[in-house]
Amino acid sequence: MIADMLSYGFMQRALLAAVMIGTLCSVVAFFVVLKRLSFLGVGIAHTAMGGIAIGLVTGLNPFWCGSAFAVAAALATGDISRRGRLHEDTVIGIFFAAGMAFGIALLSSFKGYYPEIFSLLFGNILSVSEAELRLLAVVMAIVLLFIGLFFKELLAISFDEEAALAGGLPVSPLYFGLLTAMALTVMVSVKLVGIVLASALLVIPAATGYRLSRNYRTMFLLSLLTGIGGSVGGLILSYFLDLPSGAAIVLFMALLFLISLLYRPRTA
Amino acid sequence: MPCQNENNPVVFAEDLTIRKGPTLVLQEITFEVNRGEMVGIIGPNGGGKTTLLRTLLGLIKPSAGKSALLGHPSDRLGPVREKIGYIPQSRTYDHRFPISAGDVVRMGLYSSRTLLRPLKRSQKESCREMLDIVGALHLATHPFGDLSGGEQQRVLLARALVRRPALLLLDEPNTGLDPAAQQLFMEQLHRLQQSFGLTVLLVSHDITSLAACADRLLCINRSMHIHGEPQQVLQSPNLKKAYRCSYDLLERASACEEEPR
Repeated sequence: MIADMLSYGFMQRALLAAVMIGTLCSVVAFFVVLKRLSFLGVGIAHTAMGGIAIGLVTGLNPFWCGSAFAVAAALATGDISRRGRLHEDTVIGIFFAAGMAFGIALLSSFKGYYPEIFSLLFGNILSVSEAELRLLAVVMAIVLLFIGLFFKELLAISFDEEAALAGGLPVSPLYFGLLTAMALTVMVSVKLVGIVLASALLVIPAATGYRLSRNYRTMFLLSLLTGIGGSVGGLILSYFLDLPSGAAIVLFMALLFLISLLYRPRTA
Repeated sequence: MPCQNENNPVVFAEDLTIRKGPTLVLQEITFEVNRGEMVGIIGPNGGGKTTLLRTLLGLIKPSAGKSALLGHPSDRLGPVREKIGYIPQSRTYDHRFPISAGDVVRMGLYSSRTLLRPLKRSQKESCREMLDIVGALHLATHPFGDLSGGEQQRVLLARALVRRPALLLLDEPNTGLDPAAQQLFMEQLHRLQQSFGLTVLLVSHDITSLAACADRLLCINRSMHIHGEPQQVLQSPNLKKAYRCSYDLLERASACEEEPR
């Protein structure tokens, strides 16, 4: 049955995309959960709606417009919250709603037919093209290289930012680098599960790993397994049960998280 | 501004003033700490003690005045950062972070010089050595979050000392510890200070044990209320002014806090 599924070219591309996005999201999610940036992921994904809408009405590439918006929103959120006047979640709450509102207002002002909007909101991995796979590979390489090179430093600032700063680590560049990596990851995940559900991929894999482990190394591996397993499992589920792929992937990952809750409570 | 020299103070502050918006957080703080001294900073909550430490470390820009650590101005500590150990308040780190005690100590070696470089075997060995010195080697593989408050503080002390610093800054390391653990920690700190020849600047609410170890005390409540040898500070009427109560009362309050519930 799986062989039947893989006899289609679009399914082969979708499977490859699921493995790549599952890997990318679970690695970024590791730091999102440790640094408690989960709500920022939600905010970035929804703020991107404003940029995507600009792309749709002007004929520019919606992915690049959305990415520019997402990166700008992530960096602005980080900058405003670091100045200490407003909490991160307050800034995200404002950008989140303003980005969506701007996108909706723009699309309704420029009346037209935008067939892409549904797949951007809810994702359609089955329509992923070879060009999109190449773009995904490039984003994945950049983000994984950044995280691989600065893994120990990112871990240190996630544990105790104050001590890392006093110890001489370049905390701000690393933090803003992580936010940019998050924004790019959210944007490529939009293809898989859409704006509405993209942030789930930046939380569930690492939350599952966190729940089951007492050491970050095990947490990282479990996050990776949940990310890849959830993406691929959800895709297969969507094929056989004829479900929307984005919803199936998020539901499958959520199921893995629920199973982790049954397994062993974290007592640290 | 002093430059690095055996005779120069290790910590130097002159007319240090910090404003946060319209609020004056610190006003014209002037003091020095000499090589090998242990100096305690006391004062009521909100009196600016943590702000003073963070300003000395260059994490906060002063509104006026100047400060230096190991002869380098606080805003340009780059070359001497590796010679400064720091234990921030316990609320700055996540107690449930999935990490072992040994990994926490390794973080003490990370700096701009270790960027893009894995730690060397000798550096990893020095982490074990430091855990051994603070009596926590047996905890190296334990999850940090599972350790008691006293054990966590010993691990954080090892993290601060693993660079073999010349200066150690500690911000309320006794918070949340029971009286026995507080006393043990202070005794251990005093011993390490003597054997490593460390200069120590320590913020604490535990006036009694601080007075027993420190060479001098500074009492701060926005401005410097008193500065001198422990007995001199504890008997000064200015201490009462800073805390708005008497030292006896402070001692009793401290004892009540320390009683197990």
